[in-house]
Amino acid sequence: MPILRVHNMSHDFGGLRAVKDYDLEIEMGQIRGLIGPNGAGKTTIFNLLTGIYTPTEGEIWLDGRRINGLPAHRIASMGISRTFQNLLLWRHMTVLEHVKLAHYSKIRYGLFGAFFGTPGRNREEAEIEEKAVLLLDRMGIRHLAEQVVLNLPYGAQRRVEMARALATEPKILLLDEPTAGMNPEELEQIMEIIRRVHGELGLAILLIEHRLKVVMELCERIQTLNFGAVIAEGTPEEIQNDPEVIDAYLGRESVI
Amino acid sequence: MPLKVRTSRNLRASCSRVPLLGWLCGALIAVTLERFAGTPIALALGLPKIPALFGLDIMLKKPILVPNAILYVFFVYGLPMGATTLPGISLTNRLAGRLFRFPIAITVAVHLALLYTTLHLWAGISDYRALVLKLTLIAVMLTLSLNVINGYMGEFSCSHPGFMALGAYCASVFTVGLFVDDQLFGAVFLPPVLGPILFPVALILGGFLASFGALFVAIPSFRTRGDYLAIISLAFLFIVKSLIENLEFVRGPRGLSGQPDWADLPTVFLWTVLCVWSINNFVRSTIGKALNAVRDNEMAASAMTVDTRRTKIVAFLFAAFWAGVAGGLFAHVLRYVNPSTFGIQNLAEVLAMVYFGGLNSVYGSIVGAVSISLLGEALRPLEIFKWIIIPLLLILVMIFRPTGLVAFKDLDVTSLLRPKQNQGGKV
Repeated sequence: MPILRVHNMSHDFGGLRAVKDYDLEIEMGQIRGLIGPNGAGKTTIFNLLTGIYTPTEGEIWLDGRRINGLPAHRIASMGISRTFQNLLLWRHMTVLEHVKLAHYSKIRYGLFGAFFGTPGRNREEAEIEEKAVLLLDRMGIRHLAEQVVLNLPYGAQRRVEMARALATEPKILLLDEPTAGMNPEELEQIMEIIRRVHGELGLAILLIEHRLKVVMELCERIQTLNFGAVIAEGTPEEIQNDPEVIDAYLGRESVI
Repeated sequence: MPLKVRTSRNLRASCSRVPLLGWLCGALIAVTLERFAGTPIALALGLPKIPALFGLDIMLKKPILVPNAILYVFFVYGLPMGATTLPGISLTNRLAGRLFRFPIAITVAVHLALLYTTLHLWAGISDYRALVLKLTLIAVMLTLSLNVINGYMGEFSCSHPGFMALGAYCASVFTVGLFVDDQLFGAVFLPPVLGPILFPVALILGGFLASFGALFVAIPSFRTRGDYLAIISLAFLFIVKSLIENLEFVRGPRGLSGQPDWADLPTVFLWTVLCVWSINNFVRSTIGKALNAVRDNEMAASAMTVDTRRTKIVAFLFAAFWAGVAGGLFAHVLRYVNPSTFGIQNLAEVLAMVYFGGLNSVYGSIVGAVSISLLGEALRPLEIFKWIIIPLLLILVMIFRPTGLVAFKDLDVTSLLRPKQNQGGKV
């Protein structure tokens, strides 16, 4: 059974249909790619899946439960986590605090513990911290734990965002252009991290990417989106040679 | 390196090695000295009596005495503190180290006891000092609780005096109604022995009423972000004020008086400590950090499983609770409240304390509340012109330190109480 199933999802912004009849099925452990020109509706799909927008039509099922219409934090705690295209980090918080906060929904000590510093709370905070440090270690940014994110280089900020997304213990991870603005060296590193995370945690991953090299190397299947609709779906090779995809990216050859 | 720079650097280095215990002991010695030798020293320096607020209060009344007051402060506070803390570094560090090995609660209790004794001796000199100290402690509670909303959560709330009024009136009605023979509320209902025991109940009830009032602000305004909270909370402030003005049951604009004298220094001190402790606990917990996340980026917060609306409402009600408690204490310190106290001017004062001291900061709130309170007392002879000077100062702070004097600094109890020097003498 697919972990995430999207059926006939559409979304309107006023009179504009930004996403048209979108379908998706991801199995546990798959890496899927989503490509398309700017403004094709890729990020809108992410926002729909994570509950930031509610789809106008269609259904989203996560692990056998219908999730469209639920608030974003509920969906996140049920197992869809994401990163953002333009890095939405919390500018005044340290790296460690970022990762700790992603455990928010699992905190059991409640308000009483928060106000009065009960032993239970201290124990739980210590547990969360331990987990967070392990995760930072895995992402290779443990030495930055006490740094405020604002001071970090871009590549490190991307890693922090990824670590934060993983800390919610997702079943499916949505990565919105994880390599945007990176140099070739950082690109290799982030691809390595994606591969490792995928291998170790067995997550399903859905990837939006502009660099075809990344999608071609990482993804098993790719969907191509143009004007909100899927115009092609298949393995990387199939997509690469699909005339519709080439049209969408390069424009139609003008015949005189 | 010039000698002057080197000595000042050395002095600063040795100051940084004094543990908190050392400072407290030094302050205690200074105030004890003032207690026993303050009047002769003051007279010898040509001052009519002990200057009440480090000479700040006579600054404008008798400017000619300012040098004498400075000398007094130097001889009574500066010299004894310097003479006992700096040579005593190794002794106090050793003591602090030994104390630090006990459970943290005991260490904290010892420090608080020292702090309280110091404040008690200091305030014992005159009633004026005691009053200023109590009002300052209450201002600390107000500032800190407003900082939770305006600093940690990054919203802009204007209803703090409203919450304070709710707390003040609720607690006053409770105590006056039950324990005082009053025309409005009738004869004494409970024996006065129960009074000091039930006083906390009155304060907590006031706090809860303020939280309940806050709910009416929170529910509509936290659906969205932005300026809504500022507008709705300002409206709330005016509603509360005119509501009380029109309630004959609490004597309307004439105000309510005759509160029993239960808000003595230890009570106010204890409640302030409780307030600082619980707010500091809250903002340092992961649940409290969610406030910062909501402020810095709400969308990312909700994508990371944070229930943003609940987080905001909880923090707002929590802050309102402490404002209510502070209001209750305020009413019992002055033993008189009237609705016009809780107006725009009060709001401006608390906001000034928050932004002056520093946003998102427990230290900053304390610094802001204490400095603006003392400044307000010092500038009292200027009357209304005080409200030209304080805003000017605030503008200067905003220009040179946009987030306030000590922003982004929570209270880390263990590192605060830790001895600052190892036994071997290394820093």
